[in-house]
Amino acid sequence: MLIHEKPALKAEARNLNFYYGEAQALKNINMPIYDKKVTALIGPSGCGKSTYLRSFNRMHDLYPGNRYEGEIRFFPDNTNLLSSDVDPIEVRMRLGMVFQKPNPFPKTIYENVAFGLRVRGETNKRVLDDKVEQALRGGAIWDEVKDRLQDLAPNLSGGQQQRLCIARALATDPELLLFDEPTSALDPIATGAIEELIHELKKRVTILIVTHNMQQAARVSDYTAYMYLGEMVEFGKTDEIFIKPQDKRTEDYITGRMG
Amino acid sequence: MNESLHLSSQFDEDLGGLRTHVLQMGGLVETQVSAAIEAYSSGEVGSVKHIVETDRKVNDLEKAIDDDCAHLIAKRQPAASDLRLVFGITKIVTDLERAGDEAKKIAKGVRRIYEAGQMPSQYGIGVRHIAEAALGMLHNALDAFARLDPQLAEHVIRADADVDTEFKSIMRQLITHMMEDPRTITTSIDIIWIARAVERIGDHAKNIAEHVVFIVEGRDIRHPPKESKA
Repeated sequence: MLIHEKPALKAEARNLNFYYGEAQALKNINMPIYDKKVTALIGPSGCGKSTYLRSFNRMHDLYPGNRYEGEIRFFPDNTNLLSSDVDPIEVRMRLGMVFQKPNPFPKTIYENVAFGLRVRGETNKRVLDDKVEQALRGGAIWDEVKDRLQDLAPNLSGGQQQRLCIARALATDPELLLFDEPTSALDPIATGAIEELIHELKKRVTILIVTHNMQQAARVSDYTAYMYLGEMVEFGKTDEIFIKPQDKRTEDYITGRMG
Repeated sequence: MNESLHLSSQFDEDLGGLRTHVLQMGGLVETQVSAAIEAYSSGEVGSVKHIVETDRKVNDLEKAIDDDCAHLIAKRQPAASDLRLVFGITKIVTDLERAGDEAKKIAKGVRRIYEAGQMPSQYGIGVRHIAEAALGMLHNALDAFARLDPQLAEHVIRADADVDTEFKSIMRQLITHMMEDPRTITTSIDIIWIARAVERIGDHAKNIAEHVVFIVEGRDIRHPPKESKA
């Protein structure tokens, strides 16, 4: 802790506001996302964590009346992800997302992972096979499914489905992975496997994770942001936030003194 | 320090219970130390037995509190100020238990001296003085814990330097005695042990005060680098 070297930035929110119609859901968020680190977003329900997470891949564009202000800068090219000149499809190509409930396509295991590659125009069978295997290995599920790649994905267990979804997200080599409560529907063993996987993944990809499980945030993340009522109350190293938070509201939340 | 209530009232009760037990244990150790000092001055060696018996209670409390802390960590996964409190308490009880052991050493040393027909007061008066200073430090350190008062804790930490200085001066005095009259060596050595135990009680009080600062402010102020030492 004596050395305070700041890692490189992968992304940065600058004066970010977001409105669902009239209702303001994010209030002037400023926050760095460090490269190849895990950043956890914690806070009570409705505090804006998921809204913030979904701003990165422009998911809010799908509904009319939603409006962004400010910027999310994406590095190294310093693109503003929210700029109207930037095609949301292009943005999503560079990001991967995993949701609360595993949502495999009603296709085979193989096709779930190959899908994104095919969308990108990859047709070479050998390349597809290779990339599918790599992604499944990256998702720590290869050994369990290598002999049944043609089985339907929805027949896997919940924990396996979730790792398949992570593998699917990895197949297109994303720069930033967005996890929205990825283990809230899983048992402790499957949760442990996903957390272990997150540790492995951060060697090559930046991760932003929303979690309701504070112990999980403490275990998996390098940085933690506490959000409350659409504001980012505190951002800091996870080690410091969980031992000595600076803000009373963060303290109250992580010690279980508020709902 | 965060004084607002948890959503779980059981958690508040558990934490409150822990603090009460630590203060109980602290009270016992304080009694041990003050009884040992009293015995040193008065020669009333009857209390020695009582001091030794109290030590058993102190040891039992140490184990019970450690056990409660382990259960609380397993059940509640405390974080931030709660974590610092539980962590600090496990350290405080170690220092308290050791301070109790030192009191026991003082009491036994006093008994040896009086049973040999000697009077410690013949050997200079410094011991009683630092013993009272050390007892005061212990008392203040426990007060600082009870009130979670970092200023009082810092005061205790500063007081330790005086006790250390006085201990060295007592050592010099006794060495002079021993050189001048070898017949005093046996008793002098007992008094050295006693003074040493007193000085250690001061150290434990200082440690407790350091844990209090950590609990309240999250700063680990143990072992400051040389240049910042006053």
